[in-house]
Amino acid sequence: MTATLHELTPRVDAAPEPITKVCIVISKGSLEGIYPGLIMANGARMEGIEADVFFTFFGLDAIRKGRNTKIKVATVGNPGMHMPTFLGSIPGMSALATKMMSRQMEKLDIPPVAEFVELISDSGGKLYGCKATVEMFGLSLDDFVPQVDEIITVGEFYEKSAGAQIIFT
Amino acid sequence: MTAPEMTTLPPETDVEGFLLDPQQWNERIAADIAHVNGIDALTDRHWLVVRFMRDTFLRTGAAPSIRALGKESGVPVKELYELFPKGPAKLAAKIGGIPKPRGCI
Repeated sequence: MTATLHELTPRVDAAPEPITKVCIVISKGSLEGIYPGLIMANGARMEGIEADVFFTFFGLDAIRKGRNTKIKVATVGNPGMHMPTFLGSIPGMSALATKMMSRQMEKLDIPPVAEFVELISDSGGKLYGCKATVEMFGLSLDDFVPQVDEIITVGEFYEKSAGAQIIFT
Repeated sequence: MTAPEMTTLPPETDVEGFLLDPQQWNERIAADIAHVNGIDALTDRHWLVVRFMRDTFLRTGAAPSIRALGKESGVPVKELYELFPKGPAKLAAKIGGIPKPRGCI
């Protein structure tokens, strides 16, 4: 009897299931809005974890031809910058902050957005554009870099996320 | 006389299987680690990556990023993931007998 009870006791020391897939949503178009999602997607692939990235709203700029090389730090309305808003709004301030941050990232071997997107795709990560936003902005698949696999609906995104952890950024 | 099994003792590793002392490494140990991690035969392409990882670590004290690995090892990123599906930087470091790469990229 005691043996049976002992067997029924749930094992508290069982190791939690490792993550096997992540689906990352990138919804913002600023440099600080795009990079965290890209770093997490690349980091997942480096650990052998499957990674899908779903770009929506201004996050689409990260995969948009001609725009993905012009991603800027938001210097206005960004308390993290620790500068008065009127300073952040001076012309060229965002470009300057972007230049400084990009130089810092290059030192850490963090690639520019366009190259980073390519790296994730080459690593086996899948890249998707959000259909609702693509239609809202009047775009088509041709407006995006060739690494983009598909433009999908939110429903299809959830289907592809089966068994995955969804991370919204 | 030294007992023969003394020389065949497996080198010490951390819990994840990374060698504690890179100097204890040799090609045979590399092949064993590869085998345990699902790579039955190390090809020339595998070796190119493993040696690049190890040489970079021994020279600079840090393992290269996946970006540097793809650009400088002579093996492009796509192929890196074909050779080491469970994570090229991590697995090549393990096979190369160096500590787990600590970088985020």
